Amino acid sequence: MLFAPLLGAAFSPLLVRALGHNAAWILALSLFVPFLVFAGHIDTVAAGGIITGGFTWAPTFGADFLWKLDGLSLTFALLISGIGTLIVLYSGAYLKGHPGQGRFIAFILMFSFSMLGVVISDNLLMLFIYWELTSITSFLLIGFDHEREAARRGAYQALLVTGGGGLCLLAGLLMLGQLTGANSISGLIAGGAAIRDHYLAEAALVLVLLGAFTKSAQFPFHFWLPNAMEAPTPVSAFLHSATMVKAGVYLLMRLYPVFGEMDLWQTALPLFGGVTLLVGGFLALRQTDLKLMLAYTTVASLGLLVMLTGIGHEKAIEAAVLYLFAHALFKGALFMIAGVIDHEAGSRDITKLGGLGRAMPITFAAALIAACSMGGIPFFAGFMAKEEIYAALTTGNLAMIAAIAGNAMMFAIGFAIALKVFLGPAVETPKHAHDGPVLLMAGPVLLAIMGLAVALVPTELHQFISSPMASAVLGASAHVEITAIPHISLPFLLSLLTIVLGAVILLFLDRVRAAASRLLDIIGWGPDRGFDQFVSGTVRGAWHLTRFLQPGRLEIYLTVVFIVIALSLLWPLFAFGELPAWPSWPALQIHEAAFMLIAVIGLVAVLIARSRITAIVALGIQGFAVAVLYLLFGAPDLSFTQFMVETLSVVILALIMTRLRLDVTDRRPLGHVLFDGAIAIACGLGFALFLLRAVEIPFNTELTEFFSQYSKIVAHGANVVNVIIVDFRGTDTLGEIAVVTITGLAILALIRLRTAPVTRTFNDPDLEERERI
Amino acid sequence: MNSLILRTLAPVITLLMIVFSVFVTLRGHNSPGGGFIGGLLAASGVALYALAFGVAAARRMLRLHPLTIAAIGLIVSALSGMASALYGVPYMTGLWFDIGIDLSTVMSFDIGVYLVVVGAFSSILLTLEETEDE
Repeated sequence: MLFAPLLGAAFSPLLVRALGHNAAWILALSLFVPFLVFAGHIDTVAAGGIITGGFTWAPTFGADFLWKLDGLSLTFALLISGIGTLIVLYSGAYLKGHPGQGRFIAFILMFSFSMLGVVISDNLLMLFIYWELTSITSFLLIGFDHEREAARRGAYQALLVTGGGGLCLLAGLLMLGQLTGANSISGLIAGGAAIRDHYLAEAALVLVLLGAFTKSAQFPFHFWLPNAMEAPTPVSAFLHSATMVKAGVYLLMRLYPVFGEMDLWQTALPLFGGVTLLVGGFLALRQTDLKLMLAYTTVASLGLLVMLTGIGHEKAIEAAVLYLFAHALFKGALFMIAGVIDHEAGSRDITKLGGLGRAMPITFAAALIAACSMGGIPFFAGFMAKEEIYAALTTGNLAMIAAIAGNAMMFAIGFAIALKVFLGPAVETPKHAHDGPVLLMAGPVLLAIMGLAVALVPTELHQFISSPMASAVLGASAHVEITAIPHISLPFLLSLLTIVLGAVILLFLDRVRAAASRLLDIIGWGPDRGFDQFVSGTVRGAWHLTRFLQPGRLEIYLTVVFIVIALSLLWPLFAFGELPAWPSWPALQIHEAAFMLIAVIGLVAVLIARSRITAIVALGIQGFAVAVLYLLFGAPDLSFTQFMVETLSVVILALIMTRLRLDVTDRRPLGHVLFDGAIAIACGLGFALFLLRAVEIPFNTELTEFFSQYSKIVAHGANVVNVIIVDFRGTDTLGEIAVVTITGLAILALIRLRTAPVTRTFNDPDLEERERI
Repeated sequence: MNSLILRTLAPVITLLMIVFSVFVTLRGHNSPGGGFIGGLLAASGVALYALAFGVAAARRMLRLHPLTIAAIGLIVSALSGMASALYGVPYMTGLWFDIGIDLSTVMSFDIGVYLVVVGAFSSILLTLEETEDE
C-alpha cells in the first residue's frame, strides 16, 4: 500500500501530458486507495489492536522493513493520505496549464510516500531513511519554481536545516539502538527504563531533539518554515497541515514513553515549545502576506504541540492529540483558501484585499468555518482542543500564560484572514475575483466542514481517533471525553478570555503590526540572517582551507604524494627491522624471462623517450608485459583486466597529456631530474622490498579454500573471481560501480567547468578574488 | 585521425569488440570474464570508434548519453539486489531461476556493472577527446 503513491509518481508526468490537469482525478487515487485501506483498520486499532508486519531486509545493518499501525501511526497515516488526496486534486487546478505540473504532482506523491513511511515504519534506520526522504522531496517541492532566487534559497535552507537535524537524529537513534540493542521503536519503548538510567541518555535525547526541533521548526530553527512559503501553495498546505513539519511532533510523541519521565524532556520541551509558540504568534502578527501569516501560526501551533508533549501528563497528551487533529483540518483548509484567493483574485497581501465575500461566497464560508475552528469557537474542533489544553494547564503556570497569549494571537490571525479579506468595501483586485472550479474548491471546503463535523460527533471522534492515538502516545489506555458544547468551568472562562484578547488584537491589528515591525527592526538580527552569515562563513572558510591545502600546482601534489608513499613504505621496514631476506633466484622458463625482459625494456624506453607520447606508449608496453606474466602464472581474470586497463590508461593519458599546454619534449634542469629520480627510485625500492616481505609470510589459504569450495554450491559459478565480485561481495561492488559513475559525472563536470564561463552562484565576496587568480 | 585503414576497419573492430565484450560479460560466471572486463572492452571499442570518426559520431553511435547508460546500469544493479525483498531474503541474496538456461539476479547485477563501466569510461574518454578538438 505504501508504494501506491510511488507508482502514481512514476506515471504522473505521462498522465498529465495525456490528460492535462484532469489527470489529478486519477493520480489522487494513488493516495485515496491507501486512505481507504488505512481507514479499514480503524476498527481494529480503536479496539486496542496493533497491526504489524514486515520482513528482514539487511539484517547485518539492523535495517528491516517493519511497519506498525497503532493509534498514533494510523491517525497520521489517515491525515497524510486523506489530505494528500485533496492536495493532489487541488494542485490539479492550481497549476492548471503549468508546464511542470506532471513533475509537481510526482514530487507531491513521492513526498507523501516518504511521510507515510516515517509514520508507519517501526525500524529505526528505516525511519531515518524516510525522514531524510521527506527532507529531500520537500527540497524539490520548495525549490519547484527553481528559476527564482528566493525559491532556491528557501529550498536549500530547508534542506540544510532539516537535513542537518536529520544527521543529529541518526546519531541519536544509533546511540539509542546501541544502548538497548534494539533496532525497532517497539524495542526502544520496551527498553525504556534501561535507557533512562544510562549515563548517555541525556546525550541521545539532545540529539533526537535536535532532529525533531529542526524538522518541526522549533525556535531557534523556526526560520526555514516561512521561507519554505516560496513553494507553490498546494505544497505549503500539505507541508503545514498534515505532514513534514509534524514529523518532528510525531517523533516526540512516538518517543514519549521512552523519555517522557526524564527531567531534560520535561524542561526542554515546554521551554522551547512555549518560546516557539510566542515567537511564532508574534511574528505572524507582523506579516501582511496571507501565506506568511499562516506559516508563522503553524510555527506557533507546533510550539504548542511540543509544549504539551513536554508537559506530558495524560490531559496534556490528550490535548495535544486533539489539537494536532484540529490543526491539520483548519490549517490545511486555510492554506488552500489563501491559494484560492491568490489564484482567483491575484493577490495575497491582506492590506490590498477586502470585500471579496460577495464575489467568492463559497470561499468566504469555508474560510469562516476554518477560522472558527482555529480561533476555538464553541461547536468547532478547535474549541475542544483548546478546552482540553486549558484543562491540562489549570495550574496557572507560565505554560498557561503562553498558551493563552499564543491562542489569542492565532485567533486574531485566523479571523483577520476570514473577515478582513471578505468583508468591508470591495477593493480593486488584480484579477476579477470569483470562486474557483470544483477541483480547486473541493479540498478547502471539505476540510473546513470536517472541522465542524468531527466536533458534532465527539463520541465517535474520541472512540476512533483521539482515544486510540492518546493511548498510543501514553503507552496506556486513555479515554478522551471532551465535547464541543461549552459548559461553565475554568477552562471555558479561559477560552472566553482568549477570545476577548484575540478580538482586541484583531481590532487593532494594523497598529499591532506596525508596532511589531518597529520592534523587530530595532532588534535587527535574527536567526534567518544568522543562517545566511553561517552559510557564507562556511563557504569562506572552505575557500581558505582549500587554498591552503590545494595551492593549485599539480607537480607539488604529485611530489608530496610520492614522497609520502616512499616514506610510508620504507620507514617501517627499516625502523622495525622487517627487511626481507634476499630472495632465491627463481627458475624461469625462457618465455617467462622474455616477457620480464620486455617489461624492463619498456621501462627503459620510458626513461629515454624524447617525446611524451613515446613515453606513454612505452609505459603501455611494460604494462602489457606484466599482464602476460599474470596470464602465465595462472590469473587469467586479472590479466584480462590488466590488458583493458592498460589500454584505456594509455588512451586517457595520451588524451590528457596532449591537452596540457606543454612542450612536446620535456627539458628540465639536472637538479629536477635528480630530485625526481631519487623519489622514483625510493618508491620503486619501497614497493619491491615491501612485496618481497609480504610474500615471505606464509600464505593463509582459509579464504581461498572457502571460496573455491562454496562458489559452485552457493553461487552457481565456477569462476571464483567473478563470483566474489557479483555474489559474495556484491554489496561492495555496488558501492564501487556507484563510485565509478560518480567519477564519470565529476570528470564531466570538471571539464565543463573549465570550458564554461564562470557563473556567480552565492553572494560570495571572495569570488572576485578567485576570478582574478 | 585521418587514416584510411583505420576508418575502414574501425566499425568492424568496434562491432567485434562490443560483441566480444557481451560474450565476455555473460560467460563471466564460469570462465574468465565478467561485467567489469566486458565493460572496459566495450569502452575501448567506443574509444577506437571515436578516434576514427570523431566524438560526435561516437556519441551518435551510442544514442544515449554515456552517463545515462551508466545510470541505467547502476539502477539495474541496485534493483537486482533489491529483488531479494520480494522473496523475503536478505538484501543482495542471489536468486536463481532455471528456465532451460540459468537466469539469475546475479547475472542482471553483472549486466548492471557492465553498463556502468561502459557508460562511465566512455563518458570520460569522449569528454576528454571532445575538449581536445576545440
